[in-house]
Amino acid sequence: MSALAHVPTGQSTGAKPPPAARRGRYRALPYLLLLPGGGWLLLFFALPLLQLAAASLYDPGGSLATGYAMTWAFGNYPDALAAYWPHFLRSFGYAGLALVLALLMGYPLAYAIAQKAGRWKNLLLVCVVAPMFTSFLVRTLAWKTILSDNGWVVGLLRDVHLLGPDGRLLATPFAVVLGLTYNFLPFLVLPLYASLERLDPRLLEAASDLYASPVRAFRRVTLPLSMPGLVAGTLLFFIPASGDYINAELLGTPNEYMIGNVIDSAFLVRLDYPQGAALSFLLMAAILAVVFGYLRRAGTEDVL
Amino acid sequence: MARFWRWVADRWVMGVALLVLGYLSLPILVVAGLSFNRPSSRLSYDFHEFTLDNWRNPCATSDMCDAVVRSVQIGFIATVVSTVLGTLMAFALVRHRFRGRAGINVLIFLPMATPELVMGTSLLALFVAAGVPQGFWTIVIAHVMFCVSFVVVTVKARLAGMDSRLEEAAMDLYASEWQTFRRITLPLVLPGIVAAALLAFSLSFDDFIITNFNAGTTVTFPMYVWGAAQRGIPPQVNVIGTAMFVIALLLVLGSTLRGRRARRAALPVAAPGAAKRP
Amino acid sequence: MGGTTVARETPAGDLRLANLTKRFGVFTAVDEVNLTIPQGSFFALLGASGCGKTTTLRMIAGLEEPTSGQVLLGDRDIARLRPYKRPVNTVFQSYALFPHLDIFENVAFGLRRRGIRDVGEQVERMLALVQLEGYGRRLPAQLSGGQQQRVALARALINHPQVLLLDEPLGALDLKLRRQMQIELKRIQTEVGITFVHVTHDQEEAMTMADTVAVMNAGRIEQLGAPADIYEFPATAFVANFLGQSNLIAAEAAGAAGDDVPVTAHGARYSVPAARARVDRGPVHLGVRPEKLHLVGSADQVPAGHQHVAGVVSDASYVGVSTQYLLRTAWGSELSVFAANSGSAERFAVGAEAVAHWDPRHAFLLPREPGAEDQTTPVLDEPVGVKS
Repeated sequence: MSALAHVPTGQSTGAKPPPAARRGRYRALPYLLLLPGGGWLLLFFALPLLQLAAASLYDPGGSLATGYAMTWAFGNYPDALAAYWPHFLRSFGYAGLALVLALLMGYPLAYAIAQKAGRWKNLLLVCVVAPMFTSFLVRTLAWKTILSDNGWVVGLLRDVHLLGPDGRLLATPFAVVLGLTYNFLPFLVLPLYASLERLDPRLLEAASDLYASPVRAFRRVTLPLSMPGLVAGTLLFFIPASGDYINAELLGTPNEYMIGNVIDSAFLVRLDYPQGAALSFLLMAAILAVVFGYLRRAGTEDVL
Repeated sequence: MARFWRWVADRWVMGVALLVLGYLSLPILVVAGLSFNRPSSRLSYDFHEFTLDNWRNPCATSDMCDAVVRSVQIGFIATVVSTVLGTLMAFALVRHRFRGRAGINVLIFLPMATPELVMGTSLLALFVAAGVPQGFWTIVIAHVMFCVSFVVVTVKARLAGMDSRLEEAAMDLYASEWQTFRRITLPLVLPGIVAAALLAFSLSFDDFIITNFNAGTTVTFPMYVWGAAQRGIPPQVNVIGTAMFVIALLLVLGSTLRGRRARRAALPVAAPGAAKRP
Repeated sequence: MGGTTVARETPAGDLRLANLTKRFGVFTAVDEVNLTIPQGSFFALLGASGCGKTTTLRMIAGLEEPTSGQVLLGDRDIARLRPYKRPVNTVFQSYALFPHLDIFENVAFGLRRRGIRDVGEQVERMLALVQLEGYGRRLPAQLSGGQQQRVALARALINHPQVLLLDEPLGALDLKLRRQMQIELKRIQTEVGITFVHVTHDQEEAMTMADTVAVMNAGRIEQLGAPADIYEFPATAFVANFLGQSNLIAAEAAGAAGDDVPVTAHGARYSVPAARARVDRGPVHLGVRPEKLHLVGSADQVPAGHQHVAGVVSDASYVGVSTQYLLRTAWGSELSVFAANSGSAERFAVGAEAVAHWDPRHAFLLPREPGAEDQTTPVLDEPVGVKS
């Protein structure tokens, strides 16, 4: 549901500098204001990350019952990677595929709302956010009904021979990618919309006045100007999508399991904390690598 | 023919957009439909037979309603705490200069960029290492943690959009710092704080991944749905899903309508005594 | 606490700025400004954007703390008092009306903060003064720009401040409304007798309204005086061009001879009364306002006692009340000449030869940087793109 909150991120960059400098007796005030919230984040966000880092180096021979010994077992990382690299690949593959689908759907949607919707703009925006009004899990389960073997979608596809007589959609990679695309699409659309909304339509008129074809006008004017929203939206889509395991669990089979499913079971089923922790860190490192690589290429690091 | 293509060129984007909106709305329609379904078997997800029973007895499966109540409790506590903490931080960031501002911004930004999975497992690692038994309060702690950043960002946007001259004007008109805050700043920022609180509540109510790692044996509504997905989903889950949707939609439409009415009121109106003025 | 202890009961006095300085890092926004603004006067601080006029105003209001120097009201230094402790109120640029309070509460705000309970009558009286009776229950967004401006004024005036500060108060209004408000502001100032300090970048506005104008440039006061005095006899080239237009011809002076200062410019000799010379030796600018120049067809039509320059008309713009000519001189500069369309003057076509003449008593001499050339082509009212 967090996409809602990301919209202001993009817009608050123009924050004014603080007003007139306050006097000495107020100097401690900002720190007092920051203390409770900042303390909470340090204690329950930053400290746990350190603990997770430590846990990833525990002796893999220990268990939750007997306790773990800190043995600086860096070997946990290559071991985890060796055992589960296909899941990593699948995570990023599915997330990447879903991202491409989401861009193909999300860009026209954001553009239409921002530039073409006129007085229907707010209504359409509500429609984009509306899915998030209800539970993530319940919505994902609804796809089980839509894609069910007895459902009309599969029936139709079988009739037109896009699917064989026994072909199915549920429990396939297709279903998982579809679910990922669906669940995180609003996260992509909202920042993109925020960018496109600020695009002055006169710029496109100017471009076409200066002999640009619609395609060129899009490539030279619209696309570059929507870049900040595009970059932010892509990240907001990709980060949760690659760490997701709900879609794989509910819409796929163990053959479609992503790295999240493995981590979930390492912590909650197999109780192999060192491996789970190592996998978590590998996931975070992989995501950070993808994000920073992407940001460098997109050339807009100030999005963060 | 050329006219036809121009017509298409003008409208294809809107056409695609409406198709995508259909794709986004389909599952909600299905959820609403299934809330009137009498399933043929526990594990069936197909529509079988129309019934109003699910709406008549939403709590037929009592542990589901317990889970909903628990989610509301957790959501309420997490919302109050995170809204207070986040609002204080937003004020510090927008209204004050201080050292270490960049570090604080990173600390606020990171939880929004970190995969939930990593936050969930790391908190689990901490609670296990510290020997804290997991349950209701560890869920609250986790929810406050990931809600705070969103509150900060939402309130900050509102605060930063506020003309600082209004506060200067108040001080110029004999309002002390406290009076300025109480009479001018707070009323003007309140809509942002309310929006942040609603956001925090919905984030908390719907969270599954982080909760899943820190719940112990406590069952929230998403946890219940997750567990039931293996055993068979009672159709009342769709009742709750539909009800959530309707409530949230009414809230949003209500605030939009109020905003529109305020804007209409803001249009210049023919003034009484206008003729008297030079 | 609150504002009840405000020193508004002390006898009013002149507002005096003594060596007032404000630095932002290495940038000096206001540089050792010394000013006395007499009690009850209408004073204008005039300058382009970024000249320090708004910073000066904010220091008087208490919204900015001076780096050094004093703000004296009577003989009390208020420079370091919090804004709500000063008997000074401000009409903010774009008004800063509280959007969530209605007009009545906006106007009553200052009274209420000072713990005054029965505000109704005072507020109504103040709304009447600014001709907004019956608007009390509206929200600011429901009023037009001109009405909002008057609410801002009422909200400040109701507190009977000793000094009222106005920060570009008319900047957001269209031209016609601006003229109307200028007259209204002046009427109100006369009525209430409070010292008004008005910051503006609009020279016409400053001249229309103020008793005294201070022209600011780069954090310093360039010239201070009555509008007519500044216009007729500017102190620097900056003032000569900022306030209206001037033809400034580069010349050399070699000291006064009797009541006159003779100068040479581009090979010709002219003279200016010694009383109208800011300097009488070295590089100078010989200045004449465009409307003080008159065009005639040939040198023998120049009246006795007048001085003249011959040239070719290079541009003629008919603007209704006058025709504005550009006259290209033999040395290549263009002089700007405004000829009133009173019906009696001869009209000149582009390309025609003509002679511009002036009464030496209307000319003035200003100091000139040794390298500086003529500054005779029309100068824009303000640099392009800096309109606040």
